Amino acid sequence: MFLEVTHRDGERELRPRGHWRAEHAPQLAREVDEFQPGAGRIVLDAAQLESLDLTGAFFLRRLERRLAVEGVEVRWASPRPEPLEFESGVVGDELPAPRPENPHPPIGQVGRWAVERGLEARGAIAFLGSVCLVFAGAVARPKRFRAASIVRHVYETGLQAVPIVALIAFLISVIIAYIGAQQLRQYGGEIFVVDLVTLAVLRELGVLLTAIIVAGRSGSAFAAEIGVMRLNDEVDALRAIGLNVVEVLVLPRIVGLVIALPMLTIVADAMGLAGGAVLSFLLLDIPFNQFLARMQEAIMPTTFWAGLLKAPVFAFVIALIGTYRGMQVRESSRELGRLTTVAVVQSIFMVIFVNAIFAVAYWQLDF
Amino acid sequence: MADLHPPPPCPPGTEPLVAVRGIVNSFGAQVVHDGLDMDVMPGEIFGIVGGSGSGKSVLLNTILGLRTPQAGQVRLEGRDLTKLGPAELRAVKRRYGVTFQHGALFTAFTVAENVKLPIAESLALPEDVLDGLAHQKIRLVGLPAEAAHKYPSQLSGGMVKRAALARALALDPPLLFLDEPTAGLDPIAASAFDELLLYLQRSLRLTVVMITHDLDTIYRTCNRIGVIVDRRMISDTLENIVQNPHPWIQEYFHGERGRVLEQALRPSAVAHRAPSGTGAASAGDGVR
Ligand SMILES: Nc1ncnc2c1ncn2[C@@H]1O[C@H](COP(=O)(O)OP(=O)(O)OP(=O)(O)O)[C@@H](O)[C@H]1O
Ligand SMILES: [Mg+2]
Repeated sequence: MFLEVTHRDGERELRPRGHWRAEHAPQLAREVDEFQPGAGRIVLDAAQLESLDLTGAFFLRRLERRLAVEGVEVRWASPRPEPLEFESGVVGDELPAPRPENPHPPIGQVGRWAVERGLEARGAIAFLGSVCLVFAGAVARPKRFRAASIVRHVYETGLQAVPIVALIAFLISVIIAYIGAQQLRQYGGEIFVVDLVTLAVLRELGVLLTAIIVAGRSGSAFAAEIGVMRLNDEVDALRAIGLNVVEVLVLPRIVGLVIALPMLTIVADAMGLAGGAVLSFLLLDIPFNQFLARMQEAIMPTTFWAGLLKAPVFAFVIALIGTYRGMQVRESSRELGRLTTVAVVQSIFMVIFVNAIFAVAYWQLDF
Repeated sequence: MADLHPPPPCPPGTEPLVAVRGIVNSFGAQVVHDGLDMDVMPGEIFGIVGGSGSGKSVLLNTILGLRTPQAGQVRLEGRDLTKLGPAELRAVKRRYGVTFQHGALFTAFTVAENVKLPIAESLALPEDVLDGLAHQKIRLVGLPAEAAHKYPSQLSGGMVKRAALARALALDPPLLFLDEPTAGLDPIAASAFDELLLYLQRSLRLTVVMITHDLDTIYRTCNRIGVIVDRRMISDTLENIVQNPHPWIQEYFHGERGRVLEQALRPSAVAHRAPSGTGAASAGDGVR
């Protein structure tokens, strides 16, 4: 009980008592809000109040305000407690500022959304444009390529990804070969497992798997690195020093990944073929030299290149999206998380989408 | 209220609120603290000073239990933090407020949400009460009410400091740790901060441990000063510490900047530094 009501000489006396402190806030809130002031006069007396902090003062003021709103005449019998005086002096009758309302009606929000999408598209194109400009400038003056930075990104996005890419390529091609072997065995065409694995790995799976792994690994890393730099004002600092942010942060990542992804693809191709060969040997008793010979027959001279050609394009897409999303980070850690997610989802989507375009184009070109 | 603060009435033998014993902290070969001791008495404003990189922030992190020292122990209210269970630790942590040197506001939340977070986490309160309490704390530190709905990235440097202070004060903790609270404040805001601090200490009996480079704040608010020199702490009352012969301390308080301030404050200094002992204590006795 923090509030005590007594009647004396026809007057009601309201005594806050005990420790009006932050740790008792829930109880204080309940008692103050549930107090029924009724009508007439009330005398407030702080004699029983043992301690009062600023949270307690907040509730005393809330009580006073409730009484005033109900039209009760209030008088303090004791001096008004000092923290309450102080609190009232600081806060007064001011109410918390209302949360700024979203000023746009629903139809306006649709328009706003459309305009924002438009601006974002323009921003993306402008970003692409500035990357191209900087690239052209760097071709003219190769020193602007920042070799040290490129090497670091080749190492981080390429070399460090070798184990995971190799393992996944190996396992996936084992699975493909296994399913193929089960089906083809019914027709006695086990040897065509070699064709299946070779074509699938070299043309599609090797590069696609690698690109998806790299999008998850490095696309997110690019967005997060640049995003944190934005949150720390590091990007602004670079600008203030007079450096071109695209040249320093974006171009080395794009060039680094464009170098690294094809190399990773070759690793994935090799490991994929190895996986197919191992499974063929164990399950179908096709010896390695027969696997190799059959492989030569299955592929055309262009098969390997048809896959590898896609790698730099995928790399460019992944790096561009990652760095662009990183550059968009503003203001908060939540934005950083959101845009990193967007970077990964979009770059995986774009990789698959571009792969489909390649498929159609190869079909038309008979490549 | 431009007076200098008299030494706190602390009878000998009082148990220190914060007791640091023999702390050793090092990063690789670099030894930052080597057997550092520190005592903070209840009800005092304790200033920690020291050169840049002398280990003030590291000491604060150690006291808060965010960093485990290589040796030594920290006792808050007589309890060793490293030996507490999770529930007790949470209860202890609720009793102190902290501001960090760089603000450390939650960037995903508005100022009001930042202030409400510690309250809502430990007390079940209706939303309008939370809003009211956040508003109170925001006004208390001198931020305009509209700042409540701004995100940290939309604040000025000094506003970040004040918002961080508002969050530290959210639960009305009896113990405050502040890391350079006045850095980045304009002189008027810094002076208002001094007054707020003195009010909190005198009326609400807060204990404050404050890292600061601000000589004005030190002269106006601190009861005792701990200086980190040579990887240890020398602590004493202000009038004793300024007489300490250590060259760094002499340079700190009597260097060019210190001297200007000393001169400016001299007349009132003489009047107020006599240990009357009662001024501070009685000011807060409105409610007892
Ligand atoms: N995580 C860390 N790793 C390595 N060294 C550190 C780390 N944190 C702090 N230091 C070192 O410890 C020393 C003390 O740092 P600290 O941040 O405590 O300084 P400070 O006294 O707070 O200085 P300032 O007044 O500039 O804030 C510095 O030399 C710093 O380089
Ligand atoms: Mg520091």
